[in-house]
Amino acid sequence: MAKRVGMEIAIAAAEAVALCRPDVIAAYPITPNTHIPEHLSDIVADGRLDAEFVCVESEHSALSACIGASAAGARAFTATSSQGLLYMDEVMPIASSMRLPVVMAIGNRALSGPINIWNDHSDIMSQRDMGWISLFAAYGQEVIDMCVQAFKIAEDLDVMLPVNVNLDGFQLTHVVEPMLFPTQKEIDKFLPERKPYAAVHPDTTVSMGTLGMPDIFTESMKAKDEALKNSKKTILKVWKEWEEQFGRHYQPIIEHRTDGAEVLIMTMGSMSETAETAVDEMRKKGMPVGLLKLVLWRPFPYDDLRKAVKGARSLVVTDRAVSFGSCGPVGAEVRSALYDEPDAPAIVNEIIGLGGRDVTVEDFIAMGEKGLKAEKGKREEEYHIYGVRGS
Amino acid sequence: MSIVNNFDLYAPRLVDQEEYFVHGHRACQGCAEALAVRLMCKGLGKDTVVVNATGCMEVVSSFYPTTAWTLPWLHVAFPNAASSASGVEAALKVLRRKGKIADRRVKTVAIGGDGGTFDIGIQALSGAMERGHDLLYVCFDNEAYMNTGIQRSGATPFGASTTTHPAGDKSSGKTAWKKNLAEIMVAHNVSYVATACPSYPIDFITKVKKARKVEGPAFIHCLAVCPTGWRCPSDAAIKLGRLASETGVFPLYEVVDGKYRMTVQHDTLRPIQDYLKSQGRFRHLTPDVIETIQARVIQEYNKLQDKINCLHAWSDLKE
Repeated sequence: MAKRVGMEIAIAAAEAVALCRPDVIAAYPITPNTHIPEHLSDIVADGRLDAEFVCVESEHSALSACIGASAAGARAFTATSSQGLLYMDEVMPIASSMRLPVVMAIGNRALSGPINIWNDHSDIMSQRDMGWISLFAAYGQEVIDMCVQAFKIAEDLDVMLPVNVNLDGFQLTHVVEPMLFPTQKEIDKFLPERKPYAAVHPDTTVSMGTLGMPDIFTESMKAKDEALKNSKKTILKVWKEWEEQFGRHYQPIIEHRTDGAEVLIMTMGSMSETAETAVDEMRKKGMPVGLLKLVLWRPFPYDDLRKAVKGARSLVVTDRAVSFGSCGPVGAEVRSALYDEPDAPAIVNEIIGLGGRDVTVEDFIAMGEKGLKAEKGKREEEYHIYGVRGS
Repeated sequence: MSIVNNFDLYAPRLVDQEEYFVHGHRACQGCAEALAVRLMCKGLGKDTVVVNATGCMEVVSSFYPTTAWTLPWLHVAFPNAASSASGVEAALKVLRRKGKIADRRVKTVAIGGDGGTFDIGIQALSGAMERGHDLLYVCFDNEAYMNTGIQRSGATPFGASTTTHPAGDKSSGKTAWKKNLAEIMVAHNVSYVATACPSYPIDFITKVKKARKVEGPAFIHCLAVCPTGWRCPSDAAIKLGRLASETGVFPLYEVVDGKYRMTVQHDTLRPIQDYLKSQGRFRHLTPDVIETIQARVIQEYNKLQDKINCLHAWSDLKE
């Protein structure tokens, strides 16, 4: 039976990954994800997990080693943050093009410069188009659950794509929360051994990573795009199986108090819990505000979003990254998704919580009020960077 | 030497008849690197996984949906042959231990050109060697970024004209000396390090076989003449490889457990002009520059001789 334990979330992520019996773990230290690989190396050192822990000399090598291991048929895991993720950038699209089910936890952190070790989403947003499945956790329980779900989704032969599980740096990685921990037996029941489609081994000789000329390249990109879009079916299936076995429900967009809401606020990651509190307070004050928590970033859940915003007057999309010279990346995505919708809500794009700046209940109430003033068909501003001092 | 002279007679008995790098690849005419890869594979045999850095050999051998490889082969990117191979090696080890793959030794071999090894890949290479993976890395060095059009690398020799460090009125080509990568590998305490050249096929294959036996990191630096980039006739590759050895520009030696040994001996070294004169990349060199190169070649050769004469195997130094 699952046990309720108090644990730092990064440690819990490591414990959850260990329950998945990965074969190869390769990682390089960078704050704030570091406790995940550190704790995994502890688990390996103590003999609780039979795996090769490869202490690589860079993040580029961490993901490269995971790609190599995955290509050889192993279950491979890595974790990183910020600049480390950017250092992996070169190999990110190769992992997905080669259809290798690597799982990576990202302790989300701002990109330099100025150098800043605290949380926002600019690291993962820079990797938006790499062909990975991207999940966002709001609290510790989701981190544990998603770390396990990620392997099952990634390795499904209908998917065969890498998955990143995003947990906010410090706000999640370094926070102690009570969590229900599944047992090894339960995870073994949920997650079968990886059965690779192809593996580089003399008994299953294959050439992987070949050259794609213009006559084949477009088709290979189409195949990757289809694979990522189709992965949603498997994601939903895996979430259903998870719910059946563990009783916890997941969906691409989780709604909170959206009944009768005229204004919706959209969040990703750890801000969602603060937003829930704020929405509850606004409801107490009679403000018709609800919350949409975006869990599945890639593949982007267009249908779920269109359904979720039906009837809303305005939608406040929060972003924890800036697409400089454009707007927030989530804001852009949501606008694009709703452009053709009849009676689409007015969109307010608030960029907030950059580089570890606190986002409070009061901030959400202020954004809710802004949402209440927004009018359909009238765009006041493309986007707004919230709380800039001196402005 | 006699074996090389009577190659036709001995080769069928000495060399694996199986082909692992097969015809149909698109290497340039006279490419010594393609020959070297073919010979390397014969030294490795079928229980091998090859991890290839981006570069000439990857490009010419893997036009989807074709492949020139009958060995399992993986290409990921340019700088990470060593780190991708680290992952393959770790996977083969753990999967074998867990009984998920056949219980026999499969050797992981990473290959890269000089750009992918001396320059952009050296960090991953250094890390892999330091970690002690059961990994053979073979660098096929054609002394410039030939795949992208003959740009200068850390392996380009002094004085060579390349497309990014060309000879001109105020330039006589590259102004820095070639990195000594074999020494860098010896400094990593790699227990088998060798230089090789496909112009000496038996010597090369023997070294590959020795390196394969090592249960840990091993490194071979293989000089691969590139007629396209060296601006020499396409039938000159074998001859130029021999001249590289005969002039002392690229001595063929091995370092086993720290002990140096010349594997191809020459009683006297030929003058460097014999090597330089037939290569268009050195055409611009003036006598004084050639003299500078000659002096450096002799100095480097003597440094190597000194190591051969003086250094002991590490295992003899324990007391």
